[in-house]
Amino acid sequence: LAPWVPVVGLEVHAQISSNSKLFSGSQVQFAAPPNSLVSFFDASLPGTLPVLNRRCVEAAVMTGLALNCSINKKSLFDRKHYFYADLPAGYQITQQRVPIAVNGSLSYSLCIDNKMSQMVTKTVRIKQIQLEQDSGKSLHDDTRSQTLVDLNRAGVGLMEVVMEPDMCCGEEAAAAVRELQLILQTLGSSQAVMAEGQLRVDANVSVHHPGEPYGVRTELKNINSIRFLAKAVDYEIQRQIEELENGGTILNETRAFDSKLGCTVPLRDKEGKQDYRFMPEPNLPPLILYDAKSLPANMNHQQVINIDWIHERLPDLPSVKREKLVEQYGILPEHSFTLMNEDGLAEFFENVVKQTQMKPKKVIGWILKDLLGYLKEHSLTVKESPVSSYLLADLLNLLEKKEISSTAAKQVLAELWKGEGKTPLEIVKEQKLQLLQDQKELEQICQAVIDRQENE
Amino acid sequence: QVSAALKEGHVTPTELCQRCLSLIKSTKFLNAYITVAEETALKQAEASEERYKRGQRLGVLDGIPVAVKDNFNTAGIETTCASNMLRGYISPYNATVVQKLLDQGAVLLGKTNLDEFAMGSGSTDGVFGPVRNPWSYSRQYKEKSVPKSHSKDKEPDWVITGGSSGGSAAAVSSFTCFAALGSDTGGSTRNPAAHCGVVGLKPTYGLISRHGLIPLVNSMDVPGILTRCVDDAALMLGSLAGHDPKDSTTIQDKFKPFELPNLTDVSKLSIGIPKEYHAPGLSSEILSLWSKAADLFRNAGAKVVEVSLPHTRYSIVCYHVLCTAEVASNMARFDGLEYGHRSDVNKSTESMYAATRREGFNDVVRGRILSGNYFLLKQNYEKYFIKAQKVRRLIANDFVKVFRSGVDVLLTPTTLSDAAPYMEFIKEDNRTRSAQDDILTQAANMAGLPAITVPTALSERGLPVGLQFIGRSFQEQQLLTVAKWFEKQVQFPVIQLEEVKRHDHGVFQHQKSSSFS
Repeated sequence: LAPWVPVVGLEVHAQISSNSKLFSGSQVQFAAPPNSLVSFFDASLPGTLPVLNRRCVEAAVMTGLALNCSINKKSLFDRKHYFYADLPAGYQITQQRVPIAVNGSLSYSLCIDNKMSQMVTKTVRIKQIQLEQDSGKSLHDDTRSQTLVDLNRAGVGLMEVVMEPDMCCGEEAAAAVRELQLILQTLGSSQAVMAEGQLRVDANVSVHHPGEPYGVRTELKNINSIRFLAKAVDYEIQRQIEELENGGTILNETRAFDSKLGCTVPLRDKEGKQDYRFMPEPNLPPLILYDAKSLPANMNHQQVINIDWIHERLPDLPSVKREKLVEQYGILPEHSFTLMNEDGLAEFFENVVKQTQMKPKKVIGWILKDLLGYLKEHSLTVKESPVSSYLLADLLNLLEKKEISSTAAKQVLAELWKGEGKTPLEIVKEQKLQLLQDQKELEQICQAVIDRQENE
Repeated sequence: QVSAALKEGHVTPTELCQRCLSLIKSTKFLNAYITVAEETALKQAEASEERYKRGQRLGVLDGIPVAVKDNFNTAGIETTCASNMLRGYISPYNATVVQKLLDQGAVLLGKTNLDEFAMGSGSTDGVFGPVRNPWSYSRQYKEKSVPKSHSKDKEPDWVITGGSSGGSAAAVSSFTCFAALGSDTGGSTRNPAAHCGVVGLKPTYGLISRHGLIPLVNSMDVPGILTRCVDDAALMLGSLAGHDPKDSTTIQDKFKPFELPNLTDVSKLSIGIPKEYHAPGLSSEILSLWSKAADLFRNAGAKVVEVSLPHTRYSIVCYHVLCTAEVASNMARFDGLEYGHRSDVNKSTESMYAATRREGFNDVVRGRILSGNYFLLKQNYEKYFIKAQKVRRLIANDFVKVFRSGVDVLLTPTTLSDAAPYMEFIKEDNRTRSAQDDILTQAANMAGLPAITVPTALSERGLPVGLQFIGRSFQEQQLLTVAKWFEKQVQFPVIQLEEVKRHDHGVFQHQKSSSFS
């Protein structure tokens, strides 16, 4: 049987982290009472006009720069028309002709085997990043045959990041999205929490034989976590292979991922091909961005965006931070990955290192095995840890000074975890875990034990 | 003049308001107003009176009664666009231009009638019925009209106002207000202004905010100004123009309101006469008036040259493609879900949408939506929409070339003929009429240029005829200066209306024209 080459592309929608929406002044907030964050424009009241939010443009530029894109100094807005209850104007304002950023790349890492001992770096091309409006939410109430519409989310700014079909499996897709998520969170351009709908991923999947043209692709939607993304993609690849090997064909359709059943099912919503009747948005002039060279001399700085200025102020991206951690502390690349993967863990680690004499190479074990182990077991985030970096450093110092054994240290840590406010030293004294350093005292104890043995 | 009268105390804002309101009632048969906001107007007038008593008037417009076309949002007052879709719709906000007028103390008398959603050139296709041209009832028209002995209708053969801002034009023309707002997308302010014998100004696109103006074609719409004289138009412009952060298509430059000089020497002026505006269907009367006007300038020492705008003949078709495309898009929001009419059909969201839109829109609107969607289909987009955009660029460039060659202002007819009798007008459908009537006004919208129609003379039938001046972008001062000179030369007669005479106490009627400055 000829081998199959799976091809996976992604469309990621990231909600921009901003105070107000993309084209109106209403607030952006998760889980607010229904229809409480809706301006006249969001409700599509006749006569209202869009006004572009500067912060959203900056977020898109930052993201484009972080993903090595060319930023288009002139980009345009378009209307994409379709009728749906959660789209009050009957069209979405997006960037179809000329988006704000194009031709970038995203590097991500995978472990070759499951043991995290060998990491390999891959790249996926970023086709473009475009600014567009989010839609509202509609909830279908089948019992009462009605649809409830909440427009709080209508008009919130989104960055759509389109990744070329350079990935080959669920794991790659998941790793790429994870890295994108970390980048967005580092930049602050999006909080990118999938559970709150701030990051949504659609996957395009197809398979073909090497040397042959790409197969028909399906679009996967309704993927609610990175874990499910990997599952959905892998399931779909298998399904397509089986279908084709049994002589069937693949339909160019949209499928939803059913997380309970672990499979993809066709979505009945889309009937035939939609013609979105794209048209330029006449109420928004072209978006012009400047760089240091093209910036006119007497421009009001409040009115313009300078790409170079933003570039200079970009924070260290996760990949850079990882390199720095490896270089500075002599830890392994895999370790730096895990550190960066948990929100706040790298900082915690660095704080401990600062406060202890123990070598970072030894500290890392405590962080990644013991501390992280406890956190995962109790489903806590680093911020919620009952053991602070100070306390852990304290404990590790005791160990380093050989005042306790490493077994004892683990016992102390368990006690510290209860969060009763005792210091490591207090616990050691309480449980009499001190290592006896005094040679004579040790000999006496040993002798006493031997003596007791002889008496039995 | 009336503003001066207010200042001097010859008349009070409440008196003025009440007279206008009662005149509105007596001229109800004109059907110029959809909503008369009697209570709020009187309150505004009272507040204005207080300010005058304290000698603290807000400006020239304080206490002046104005009317606003019913496609501008007015908070607390119904805004219908003469459509079933928005019947009973009370907007929660004021359009920027409305707000500006109110901030200056103007008294908002009510909302004027129009063609449904501003689509039309007769003000005959709204759900509240057609608007009647006040001149139908003027002595000048009655004297000239031949009584139809076989007519079953006792009413005179009344003529249309033109459109789509017919209500505003009729309101100003019949003295029920001193100024009115209209909108102009293809000539909708200038056309009715010419037919009703008033001044109609279309400002440069981007000068006055469109925020709150329910759009027809976003890339061509402008708020229009209708007044009884050019000076008043300049005053209104001064109160309304300027950047609005809520409208991203307004220019950022600061606007300086101006007073019009009394031009006496026109020798430095160059007037262009575009030969293509000698359009098919242009009445010989208007042609001759146009020619006389050109002579007027020439004899006064101005340079009058024939120029060419070669792409004029493509503008109607181009306009139709772009207009219907934008209309299809702009009307997509009317689904009955958030506001406006909602059908009782509720089997599914789609069926509710479909029924709502069928019930809410008239044939004209639905026709344009269907056409527009056709042009926007993926397979048609390049052929129609993109092509039309390119042609639009060519039309705009025609003007650029002409202005660059030294011409200051263009002089053209505004309409093909004087106002048609209603019975004649409705013999052809809306689309045909619009295509015919827009030809002289619409290129200015394509190019975004300022244009003004000035009442020039009465036709043989005793009805007003106006001539149009088109100026350079943002050169309203020059345009209006020329228009004012012309106005002074032609001395257009005042309408002789019974109803107005009854209400006049010397405030409304003046010898030459009526102004509020």
